[in-house]
Amino acid sequence: MDVQIWTFIIVGITFSIYIGVAIWARAGSTSDFYVAGGGVPPIVNGMATAADWMSAASFISMAGLISFMGYQGSQYLMGWTGGYVLLALLLAPYLRKFGKFTVPDFIGERYYSQTARLVAVFCALFVSFTYVVGQMKGVGLAFSRFLEVPFEWGVVIGVVIVLFYAVLGGMKGITYTQVAQYCVLIFAFMVPAIFISMLMVGNPIPQLGLGGTLLSDGTPLLTKLNELSVDLGFQEYTTAHKGRVDLFFVTAALMLGTAGLPHVIVRFFTVPKVSGARISAGWALIFIALLYTTAPAIAAFARTNMINTVKDAEYTSVPSWFKSWETTGLLSYEDKNGDGIIQYYNDANETFVEEVAAARGWEGNELTIDRDIIVLANPEIANLPAWVVALVVAGGLAAALSTAAGLLLVISSSIAHDLLKNWLKPDISEKNELIAARIAITVAVVVAGYFGINPPGFVAQVVAFAFGLAAASFFPAIVMGIFSKRMNMQGAVSGMVTGLIFTAVYIWYFKYGGGTPEQYWFGISPEGIGTLGMIFNFVVSLTVSAFTPAPPDDVQEMVENIRIPRGAGTASSH
Amino acid sequence: MANKDLQGYWRTNVRYLIGLLVVWFLVSYGAGIIFAPALNEFTIGGFPLGFWFAQQGSIYVFVVLIFVYVYLMNRLDRKYDVDEK
Repeated sequence: MDVQIWTFIIVGITFSIYIGVAIWARAGSTSDFYVAGGGVPPIVNGMATAADWMSAASFISMAGLISFMGYQGSQYLMGWTGGYVLLALLLAPYLRKFGKFTVPDFIGERYYSQTARLVAVFCALFVSFTYVVGQMKGVGLAFSRFLEVPFEWGVVIGVVIVLFYAVLGGMKGITYTQVAQYCVLIFAFMVPAIFISMLMVGNPIPQLGLGGTLLSDGTPLLTKLNELSVDLGFQEYTTAHKGRVDLFFVTAALMLGTAGLPHVIVRFFTVPKVSGARISAGWALIFIALLYTTAPAIAAFARTNMINTVKDAEYTSVPSWFKSWETTGLLSYEDKNGDGIIQYYNDANETFVEEVAAARGWEGNELTIDRDIIVLANPEIANLPAWVVALVVAGGLAAALSTAAGLLLVISSSIAHDLLKNWLKPDISEKNELIAARIAITVAVVVAGYFGINPPGFVAQVVAFAFGLAAASFFPAIVMGIFSKRMNMQGAVSGMVTGLIFTAVYIWYFKYGGGTPEQYWFGISPEGIGTLGMIFNFVVSLTVSAFTPAPPDDVQEMVENIRIPRGAGTASSH
Repeated sequence: MANKDLQGYWRTNVRYLIGLLVVWFLVSYGAGIIFAPALNEFTIGGFPLGFWFAQQGSIYVFVVLIFVYVYLMNRLDRKYDVDEK
């Protein structure tokens, strides 16, 4: 059977499972809809959190990025896992004890201010929306490449599926669907990794295989990869070659951003107990770590395979995967010196170009590879069976859909709960709030789908916004809300606004305002600036609060109360 | 529960947090970034050590840290009798 038939079968089966689970776990109340009734066992919640968190970017793009960046790609690995330590230690248990539905709920009550709540709602909506558009685009791409339907139809199919189980099941439906999606995506990620690790280094565990010795010629994989890279004018794979200041700041921004993302935080409102919230973060990280420790192995295997396949190969004799990716335009070959042989090397490296390439008659790098195809093309490069390729497609879809659903829920609860119930129309009945939440999620999916098909130019670059803004706004406000009884409304609001504006302006200036990398402050790129924004937030908050009155007694009492686990009920709206 | 006890509970909690976060910082930012070039002089299991910390080791330590925290806090909750029944 060919890849396409396998893809239809596997994607068909997995989608039927998601829909079946959604019907089984319907939501009956607002509590079911927002926080799954607060009755999700910690290990199940951990698995759902992992699926919620790992998006199309983790599944498809990350290994490809590491493959091309080598050591420098560590910023994603540490950045997107280390935040869970902060979540478990500094945020999750206390927010669970607080026992409401949303992050703006906490900000609004802790800082006794409708303004603070609205600033938080605005951030939550902005962060979640930019994120979800990218997911819908990923769904459309996966469908169109492997099911050969037009891209627009791919997005529409994705919209219908998400709509179905998110509207029906709310958080409850989403949580249990995400468990199924986690199983699909991790299986789809591990199977090709294990196969390739066996083939290349004879070790079934990719995490160990990364340090293994190549079966083909007996050299250690990483040594071989360093040699291959240097031979082609690239930097060594395992060593740092750019300033590590930026690496530091980007890693920190990703960690702090992770701990501040509303769709991640809200997951910890769904477990029954405070102790459950703590351990649930641990389970989530175990499930995430399984993929995140495998990704660098895939990256190194794929890089080695790829270089060996194309290096000095005659264009007429390249394998079939090369041709099929060429037709998508994501891989392209241009025979600059007309010798019919592929020259792949770093033509930005001036010494290499002068000393080596010129002598060999090379006239520029002839092969361009889109980083995103590494994970998808990897099974084909390694000659794995067609069903493995199909499985990877199903895994990519599971990753994109599960994240999209979690984000859409945050959007719907921000609108129905934070804006409608707590601001515009406080006397709304629970039944009507539930209807409003379902309408909000429907509108959000359709709008996200529309932007997935017609992406505004900024979408590709806004991931930096999402993490940077979450790090610079939510993270400090929540942490100080728990750990400082003295922190007051004036301090928190001025801190959030400072962090937000500083980070947004810096990113805007360097992405669209004509800023050049030479002008970076301390060499910090826009991706890492959220860390500095967070520091400013802390400084401004602490300074302003020192000169303004302490928060009211009942708020201080509330802080004392969330610090101890006893007495946590299920999350409620009262 | 008495206010004084609560302060003791909270102080111990904060002490645990600081200890665990120091380890968190040392494995990722320390071994994985700041000292990575120096650690790369050593190899374990086929990995340059700094590279291993940055792409594997720090993640394993993160997982362990959370479970250590869970264990310590559950014990502390019982000691101060503030655990959930």
